[in-house]
Amino acid sequence: MKQEAVVKKKKRTWKQLLRSRQGQQTMIIVAFSIIPLLLLFMFTYLPFGEMIKYSFYKMKYVGPREFVGWDNYAALFTRKDIVGALKLSLYYIVGAIIQIVLALYLATILSMKVKGGNIFKGFMFFPYLINGIAIGFIFRFFYTRGFVFDTVLQWCGFQLDNLPYWLKNQSINNWSLVGTSVWRYFGQNMVLFIGAIMSVDNTLYEAADLDGANKFQQFKYIILPSIKTILTLNIILSITGSLSAFEAPFVITSGANGTGTYFVVMNTIAHTNQKVGLASAMAVFLLMIIFVVTILQKLFFKYVFRNSGVDDESVSARRKHKKDMKRSAKMQQKGGC
Amino acid sequence: MEKRKKQRKHYSAGTVIWGFAKYISLIFFAFCAVLPIVSCIITAFKTDAEYNATNVMTLPESWLNFDNFIAAFKKADMLLAFRNSAIILVVVLIGSIIIGTQLAYILNRFKFPGNGLIRNLFTFAALLPTIAMQVAVYEIMVNLSFVNTLYGYIIMTMGTDVISIYIFIQYYENLPVSLDESAIIDGASYFTIYRKILLPLLKPAIVTSIILKGTNTYNEYYNAQLYLQDKTRLSTVATSLYKFTGPLGNQYNLICAGVIISLLPALIIFICCQKQIYNGIAEGAVKG
Repeated sequence: MKQEAVVKKKKRTWKQLLRSRQGQQTMIIVAFSIIPLLLLFMFTYLPFGEMIKYSFYKMKYVGPREFVGWDNYAALFTRKDIVGALKLSLYYIVGAIIQIVLALYLATILSMKVKGGNIFKGFMFFPYLINGIAIGFIFRFFYTRGFVFDTVLQWCGFQLDNLPYWLKNQSINNWSLVGTSVWRYFGQNMVLFIGAIMSVDNTLYEAADLDGANKFQQFKYIILPSIKTILTLNIILSITGSLSAFEAPFVITSGANGTGTYFVVMNTIAHTNQKVGLASAMAVFLLMIIFVVTILQKLFFKYVFRNSGVDDESVSARRKHKKDMKRSAKMQQKGGC
Repeated sequence: MEKRKKQRKHYSAGTVIWGFAKYISLIFFAFCAVLPIVSCIITAFKTDAEYNATNVMTLPESWLNFDNFIAAFKKADMLLAFRNSAIILVVVLIGSIIIGTQLAYILNRFKFPGNGLIRNLFTFAALLPTIAMQVAVYEIMVNLSFVNTLYGYIIMTMGTDVISIYIFIQYYENLPVSLDESAIIDGASYFTIYRKILLPLLKPAIVTSIILKGTNTYNEYYNAQLYLQDKTRLSTVATSLYKFTGPLGNQYNLICAGVIISLLPALIIFICCQKQIYNGIAEGAVKG
């Protein structure tokens, strides 16, 4: 009898424990997720929904609003400033490609044995940590007539009279801005690539050395295949990044003299002109493009990983694989733009 | 030894040329990277007279002329700016780490309906470019009377941190569940498991997240100027520099001094924890 009671009691406490465990679990799930979800809702999904709604209205932040249907979206393709701004993205895409190639080149060098490699790496990376407004001042100073850039070019034998006004001359000023953007981010890209290259097994290089492969062959057949994931990721990110280029023109020229990129124009329309509806339509349109690019990226990665399922690919297979990748990357870029 | 040296020399002209090219390109691009900053430093040490009379690349007469730094510090009210930035940084970092580790904990350790949904909601949110979103966030901030308040700005900044959550989830995956199980047998509550067992093990991820979120928050300019418009009270380091536009527009010796002051904290942290920063960048990018 007594024994039975003990067993019974034990059973009940187990049950209780179980129940309380489950209860605890629910409680902790609610307690730990409520704040982040609330914040996510308040500052991401609520504004996201509102933005889509606004894009169909003619409105300011305060005052009456008027439903205008698709008019705001139609205006995207007729307003000169917006269409011009979209075209500016092409400059930034070119800049992004230069940036990636440069970063890849330097990462390859730095991942070999180089004296003072860490110092070089540090110098080239540091611009990434500077705040945007400081960059604005640094480059306004840098490009001022007769100042830093002109002086350095004069050292190289250029005549000051032949040099353009880097930030005023409309044929060159966008390149100047793209240059600052490359300056700011190439070191960061480089660090990423170095990380990827370092994860390659060292014995591969040694084997390649023994087989008499030169540095270029090593790059082509060892480094490039091993970092293709992060490389394609960066190429895709740079497309969306180019479309949303903002800080360089915003802080350096404030979008003057034909340097207003899409977001700079959007910012002016939203906060200076207070045409919230039109600005929302601009934002939604850009988001659509970004989604399309991202979905393509997902599909593309699926395709890549399906192919790289086999572990030991022969070199020729790898080469073929790379060609495939290039082709689909090209296709994707076309689709993305 | 002698013999080996000879052998190496014998290798090929290509190797030698490549060795040169390697260093030349490194030196060239490192030069490009530091030139704008160095020119700024040079100018920051010049007196007004010197600045007007000499070329920008001429070295200053005295490297101990800190007048510009003092003047810039006062003019831009940097003390206030550093105080505000420090408050924002500390609260945002603590808040987002608590929120992030907690959310990542339940997402990784428990199966419950909505788990996948929450993950997807955060992934999707990462795609939205923040600047585009501010068109609508601004209205919400106005309705909450969050504009021009430090706490409003802090709450908003805390809420939009997706990358840290990814990093935390990744780290939790590497911590064995047997840790939790043995603690449960010992009668620990879930909160104790999170707080006493898992959180200390999460240190590397927390460092990464502090670096990523910290630099972003410290350098955030667009949101700061949009939501902290009252510059006499609420300027951050990034927005305080804006005082140098307008009447001071061409006094670059002063402006450069201000710029240098503003990037000193970043420089110090960079020198102290280079390795963590590099790792953080790599991790953040893979997940982002």
